[in-house]
Formats: sequence, structure tokens, C-alpha cells
Amino acid sequence: MAHLENLVLCRESQVSTLQSLFGERHHFSFPSIFIYGHTASGKTYVTQTLLKTLELPHVFVNCVECFTLRLLLEQILNKLNHLSSSEDACPTHITCETFNDFVRLFKQVTKAESLKDQTVYIVLDKAEYLRDMEANLLPGFLRLQELTDRNVTVILLSEIVWEKFRPNTGCFEPFVLYFPDYSIGNLQKILSHDHPPEYSADFYAAYINILLGVFYTVCRDLKELRHLAVLNFPKYCEPVVKGEASERDTRKLWRNVEPHLKKAMQTVYLREISSSQWEKIQKDDTDPGQLKGLSAYTHVELPYYSKFILIAAYLASYNPARTDKRFFLKHHGKIKKTNFLKKHEKTSNHLLGPKPFPLDRLLAILYSIVDSRVAATANIFSQCLRCWVSDLQRPHGAPCSAECFLSCRRTFLPTAFLELPLITSLVTLQLLTLVGHDDQLDGPKYKCTVSLDFIRAIARTVNFDIIKYLYDFL
Amino acid sequence: MSSRKLKSNNLKHSECLSQVQRILRERFCHQSLHSNLFGVQVQYKHLIELLKRTAIYGESNSVLIIGPRGSGKTMLINHALKELMEVEEVSENVLQVHLNGLLQINDNIALKEITRQLNLENVVGDKVFGSFAENLSFLLEALKKGDRTSSCPVIFILDEFDLFAHHKNQTLLYNLFDISQSAQTPVAVVGLTCRLYLKIFKEQLSLPAEFPDKLFAEKWNENVQCLSEDRSVREVLQKHFNVSKNLRSLHMLLMLALNRVTSSHPFMTAADLMEANQLCSMDSKANIVHGLSVLEICLIIAMKHLNDIYEEEPFNFQMVYNEFQKFVQRKAHSVYNFEKPVVMKAFEHLQQLELIRPMERTSVNAQREYQLMKLLLDSTQIMNALQKYPNCPTDVRQWATSSLSWL
Repeated sequence: MAHLENLVLCRESQVSTLQSLFGERHHFSFPSIFIYGHTASGKTYVTQTLLKTLELPHVFVNCVECFTLRLLLEQILNKLNHLSSSEDACPTHITCETFNDFVRLFKQVTKAESLKDQTVYIVLDKAEYLRDMEANLLPGFLRLQELTDRNVTVILLSEIVWEKFRPNTGCFEPFVLYFPDYSIGNLQKILSHDHPPEYSADFYAAYINILLGVFYTVCRDLKELRHLAVLNFPKYCEPVVKGEASERDTRKLWRNVEPHLKKAMQTVYLREISSSQWEKIQKDDTDPGQLKGLSAYTHVELPYYSKFILIAAYLASYNPARTDKRFFLKHHGKIKKTNFLKKHEKTSNHLLGPKPFPLDRLLAILYSIVDSRVAATANIFSQCLRCWVSDLQRPHGAPCSAECFLSCRRTFLPTAFLELPLITSLVTLQLLTLVGHDDQLDGPKYKCTVSLDFIRAIARTVNFDIIKYLYDFL
Repeated sequence: MSSRKLKSNNLKHSECLSQVQRILRERFCHQSLHSNLFGVQVQYKHLIELLKRTAIYGESNSVLIIGPRGSGKTMLINHALKELMEVEEVSENVLQVHLNGLLQINDNIALKEITRQLNLENVVGDKVFGSFAENLSFLLEALKKGDRTSSCPVIFILDEFDLFAHHKNQTLLYNLFDISQSAQTPVAVVGLTCRLYLKIFKEQLSLPAEFPDKLFAEKWNENVQCLSEDRSVREVLQKHFNVSKNLRSLHMLLMLALNRVTSSHPFMTAADLMEANQLCSMDSKANIVHGLSVLEICLIIAMKHLNDIYEEEPFNFQMVYNEFQKFVQRKAHSVYNFEKPVVMKAFEHLQQLELIRPMERTSVNAQREYQLMKLLLDSTQIMNALQKYPNCPTDVRQWATSSLSWL
């Protein structure tokens, strides 16, 4: 089994446990084995490699791919049929609708010569999805050896612990095997294993050290680390390629690559930008500080009035209604401080999330902030209805002054004639959400779903100090 | 001549062990019928009497066998059936129908299965029946063959009986019991459902008398005797018995110990059993926590503090992040100052591992940062896991023990 050790690193004890569990070909093994461990801890890889190397008859099925009962059972039966039939014969496709039929067909298929007298293994990967399928499926698979009276072992691979699988009325308990997570030494060994041939193993090992130094506290997933290692290696080699440093000049290499890795954590690690974009940036040697990820604020360009609507919505969501008078009325008079101040830190609205508000409250806050903040000379409002109707010579679409707009607004158009389409477009952009049913009797209610950083960026573009108006920051 | 005899009597060492493995594996993994019945002799006698009365005298009966999982119900009925079939006049006459609640999940499937097991598919053909009862009585009528004045007795065995009771209108059960009450066909309905330790241990591990290599079998059985007298082994068995009393979990323990028997280590030792016991009683959640990254551990500690302060009220990501920031903002801990999205990704990983769970299903409109969650680990589990956590930074460990900022 020497070459097995070369294929599977750092998993010797698990491989030997599995091998001794399987026993010899014709031996009975435990009817069901449950293997759990973190993602990328080698469960799928080790099981597959072991079964292939020992050439044991097995069927490998992924429960994410086969998400219905029929898909799952048919795939198992058809794969078994392929195994048992000879090379040139083309086996017919088996259909199977229920677990009862599956047991019957399974007994038939395993009567074949090539499958007799040996243990057949059925491996179900991502077994946590079995819990969401029919209720009899998981207990049935655990007892498959007894139900079919054949030498079969079902292996379940999952990230979730066994206690969360157990049905309420109990079931046949499987043999539970734990695949421990890799230690930092193991991770280094495995990651250094795939070093490109042009560079020495020590050079790559030093790079892996730096990479783990930046990422190990955040992430231990081997798949992610491998991906990051491959993506960022060209940047690490850059000084050597350009001739600015030798392979052994670790300090210089570290200084070159460390900020790059930190930037990678904020972008590629979070999938804010794609790997190909990242590689392009490295090749073009642009400054990664200019990167705009998916969640960046600058790519959403809202019209001026919509920005105010959004700000008003944020204030309505995060300020309690009783505080509106203090913030938004010009002369609010005396308000007792004792009732006003926060009693408990936990009730900070920024911890609990946005609250829904009715449309009227939004409009009231909106008019109050637009009134006090907008510059009188700003000609950015669209044509107001009165001017257009009375002054027919006026070219259609020419903007009004802000004062005209606001006075028309209040006198002639008491309903939200202008704002509603803008609000609806904000809802489409998912910056606001409609709460409750569409046609409520007392008007629609909304909620503002942007973060504080986002709204501060928006408020900065219109020169509005939003912090002054937020109750939580008093 | 004597050397030839010696050779033929003594199998090679590895072949011997292979045989040992085969026999014990069949005993532990596959429910073979060679094992003895422990403690159910009275029930066994009763059951076999009942079945004999149905098979030989044509009396209809119904039996419900109740017991916790792994207590030997299936083994009991299989033994009884085996003994019954050995009686001459029974084996030609009696038919058996085995149904299982896990497989036949509704009455139509059950009826098809009964038809199949009674080999009456051809007889039924394409007939359409008005009701379940009609169909079933037709099947049982069809069992009357030729010159028989009475039809064959049928024994129905219903495994996972409680699942049959959940079928719509419980048609199958009503009809079966109805037939067993009326005098048409002798029917026995046996339902199985679930609702001395040291001696068992010895018996389960001993090799049977028919083992080919007598010398090896003797040595093995002696070893088993020594093991059963060893104090540490007794302790292990006592601990195991306190946790679960059924035979199946004992089989699992013995299987784990059997795995360590190889050519170089031919006899089981007390150390094997102790190690097997440790593997059986591992805390799986602690194992999962062992593999988390430092950031994820910090989030769990923040959640633990929130649970302590606010007495297990549900929290959301924003609150956890706030608590974590309080730790980070102390001067020495700026190395943990990660961006909020990075912390969010770690939080979502914990959700994926089902260590935290949302209080209600995720709706599309809700922001993920404000969704209320619950932590599925308790304080002691977290502190124990932290003790075993490899290379735990000291400041994180200190923060776990106390959240006060003056520390």
C-alpha cells in the first residue's frame, strides 16, 4: 500500500481504520458507516481513492446531484448494473419509483456473477440532504444489509454530526468515524506538495508559510487555501522574475506579497471579484487599492431626489417614531430628556435591524429634510405640474426651481404622485423592501435594507450629515 | 504420515485469522441465526406455541412484539420461524409474508408486495378490485388448491409496525386483523415494534466449536476468559452498559476492537477494548469545534458572552460583531481586526456546520445580518473544546473566561 500513501497524504490512520473495517473481500462489514469531518478534510477523496485502489465494487452517488428519491435510487441501480455487466453488453436502463422496488431490484442486480461473494459499497456523499427527502429513506439505507439480505455496506459522508441525523423514533445506529481537521503542519505539507516544477520546494514552502500566516486565523479550508495559493503565486515570484531579488531574499519577497495577500482577503476570498479579474490585475500591475468589488457603493448611481428618499427611509427605519418631533420639526419645544435617552445598550436599533414604517411617515421626514437642506438654486427637480399646466409656453421638461417645486408639491399634489415611482424603483433595486402584503388597507409599509456605511456614503454625496439625525448616535 | 496429518489439521496462521474475522463479523454485522437468545426464552416459547397453533391446527392469531431498538425482536421471530419450518407438516403448508414499514409506505405498495410474496401475480393478472378487502380475500381464496378443504395458513410478519399504523385509514391493518378474526383463512399476524452483560460479552466473542483450527480456538477462548476477568475490561463494559443496554451497541464496541486484530496482533487485549470505548464515546460537536479557525472560535466566544449576559435570548450577526469589536478594540488585539464581510463569511460557515441555527426560515427579503439565531453549543461544551483547541492564542482563551474589559 505504499503508493496509496503517496496518493493520500496525512491520513494514514483513517486509511488503516477504513481498510480494517472493510476487511477481506468476502467478509461482512458493518451495515452502515457514517464518516463526518470538516469540509476539505479528505472524506470523499480518501474513500474514493481507497475503494478504487483496492478495486472493491462500489457505487458513488452525490445527494446534491440526486436530490429526489427517484434520481437517487435509479442512479445507484444503474451504476451497479454497469459494474456487474460485461464490457460489451449494454445494460438496459432500470427505473425505480419507490424504496420497496429498489430493495427488490437491488436483490436482482446483486445476483450477478461479478458481484457475488463480495461486499458491495454504496457511498452517499453530502448525506445531510437525505434528511430532507422521504422519511423512510435514511433509516432504510442504514438497514440495507438486513432488508436486502445481501453483503452490502452503505457509507455516508457528511459535514454535520450524527446526532443531527438521528430520526425521532430511532434507527439502526451506524459506525461513526471522525476525520480530524488538518493541523497547520499537515496543511503546509499538503500545500507544498503541489509546487510548480520551475521553482525549488523550499522557495514554495516559504511562500506557503507567508500565505498561512495571513490566512490561517481566518480560514482552514484546504480548498480555499489551495485556490489562493495558486492565484497569488505569480505575484510572489514577480521580484525574482524581474531580477530585483533572489530566491532566498525572503524579507523582500515577504514585503512585496503581504499587502497583496491582505487585499486578496477582502476581494477574491469574499468572491467580490472573480479570479480572472484578480489575475488580470496582477498581470497589468495596477494598484489593487482601486478595486471595486460587487458590494462597492460607487456603482449604484441614484438620482438626486431618490438619494433623499433613501436617506429619509433610513431615518424612518432606524429612529423610533416618537423621536421624529425632535429631529424634524423646526420648533419642537422642550422634550424631557429622561424619557428620551436609551435605557439599555441592547435596544440600539442598529443591532436589532430596520423597522417597517408607513408611507406617510416617510414623506413627512422627506419634506422636512429636503426643505432644510436643498439649495434654493438647484435646478434638478423635474417639471412641476402647475407650471406646466398654467404656463403652456414653457418648454416641456424644463426643470423648475426648488422653491417652486416644493410649494407646488404641498399645495397641488398632496399625494405621493412623484415619489411613488421613485420608491418603487428603490424597491426593485432592493434598497428598500415592501413589508407585508401588496394591497394593505392602511397603505404600504416599507423597510430600508442598506447598511450604515452605504447610507453614509450616499449622504456624503449630497452633503447631508446623517449622523446628526440618528437617534442611536446622540 | 503424521506430518501430513499435522499440516492438514493446522491451518496457516493468517487463514486462521481470516476465519476468525469472518465468523465474528457475521455475528456482529450480519444477524446470523447461530446466536443464542438471551433472556427471552419465555417469550420465545410463547411465540412458537402460537405459531404452531396457526400452522398445524388452523387457528388465527395475532401477536405484537414490543421492545426497544436492538433488543432482539427480529432475531426472535427469525429463530421461531426457523424452528417452525423444521417441522415436517408445517414446511409444505405454511406461507410467509414479510412486510416492512420502511419499504411499504402505503397500502397499495403493501398489497402488491403481498401478491408478489404469495406468488399470485399470474392469478391476479389484470383484475381490478373495488376495495382493498376484496383484493385481499381474493388472494387468500386463491391459496385454496385442489383437494384441500381449507386454505393454507399464512403468517404475516410486519416489521416497523408503528409505521403501518400511520397509513391512511390503516386499511392494511384493519383487513389483516379482520381476516384473523373471521374463520376463512388461518392467519397469524406478528407485529414488531420498538417502544447479564458480561456473560453476553463472553459468549459473543467466543469461537464456535466447529472452528477448523482447534488449537487456535482454544487459545482464543482462553484469551476471552482472561479478558472477562480483567478489571479494566469490566469497567469499560460497565460504562458501556450505563450508556446503552442493547446488544447492537455492544456489537459496535466489539467490532471496533476486532479491527485491531491482525496477523501481528492476533489476540484481543484490554487496551484494544479501552481504545474502542473511547472511540465510541467521543463528543462529535467538540471534534467539529476543534477544526474551526481562530476567527470562528472568537465568534463562538462572543456568542457565549451574549448568551451569558442576555440569558439565552436569540442574537443576530450585528450583535455578535459588536461584541467581537469590543474585544478587538483593546490595544493588544488589533491583529484580529478583520473587515466585516470577512467576519460575515466566518459566521456563515458556522451556520453551514449547523452550530448556529436561525430561529425561523430565511426569507428572501430579510437582511442576513439581522436574522435572529440560536447557538447550539452550551457553555461547558465550549470551554471543554477550548481546552483541547490546538495553539489557542492566550488572549482569546482569557477572553473566553471573562468578558470584563479591565482584564
